[in-house]
Amino acid sequence: MTRSTISINPTKTDHHVAKLTALAIALHVLEAVFPSPLPGVKPGVANIITLFVLIRYGFGTAAWVSLLRVFASSLLLGNFLSPTFVLSLSGALLSLATLWLAQYLPKRYFSVITLSVLAAFAHTLGQLCIVRIWLIPHAGVSYLIPIFALAALIFGLINGIICARLLSK
Amino acid sequence: MNKLKSQALIGDIFIIVTSAIAVVFLFKTLWSNVPASQLLIRQADQIIGTYDLEQTRELHIHGPLGESHISIEQGKVRFKQSPCNHQYCVHQGWLNRVGQVAICLPNQISLQLIGEKKPYDSLNY
Repeated sequence: MTRSTISINPTKTDHHVAKLTALAIALHVLEAVFPSPLPGVKPGVANIITLFVLIRYGFGTAAWVSLLRVFASSLLLGNFLSPTFVLSLSGALLSLATLWLAQYLPKRYFSVITLSVLAAFAHTLGQLCIVRIWLIPHAGVSYLIPIFALAALIFGLINGIICARLLSK
Repeated sequence: MNKLKSQALIGDIFIIVTSAIAVVFLFKTLWSNVPASQLLIRQADQIIGTYDLEQTRELHIHGPLGESHISIEQGKVRFKQSPCNHQYCVHQGWLNRVGQVAICLPNQISLQLIGEKKPYDSLNY
């Protein structure tokens, strides 16, 4: 009987994805430790990495980093398949969809700050949909929408500026 | 600050201003503090009736699951009892402001609070 060996030859892209995902996971987990004034209002600093990757390596890599981050962080934090995970995933998916469209905006007029703000709103929207449909199925949720939208604008802007700084280095 | 200016492009400013306006608009529409004066009750696709909020009254509305008890009490209203499983409608408690809604999906009953004039949720021409 011959021994079969499986060898994986990681490409250069794989290494990039792994390194950047590790960084994103670290930021995500770090952020989860800090208390938040309202459940769901979080700076989302890990998204800086997603944006950075999107600009430097393209959309495909950014999607990998973002989704791997959501799955790996949930395993680390112990909330895989829990509502927190589903919220995280729905936010990530909708913000990726938005980024996929927004990347075609003319670069001359729209920088990563626009991408960050739009992604933040999409993230919040994705989460609110899940909250409304699944977790709190009544119209009372609408009272929280303005707060979440304000948080998305502020944090989206700050993250975008940080990402622009990182990219200019 | 100069550095920041050189990073934010004209499109960015446009997106930021537009979203800021959208946020202000959301606060204005969803956080109305106008006390309601009337209550509109719907059952499935029919309007059961419009009731004055300035009274004390118990209503019994029939839905597919049975009877829901709605109580109006001097300017506020709530689902007092409902035959649904989750009791979301009951837990929502008292409603008293224009635009507030309580819905009992299983029993297909909704309460909507309106003012003297119903605030528009959309405009058609």
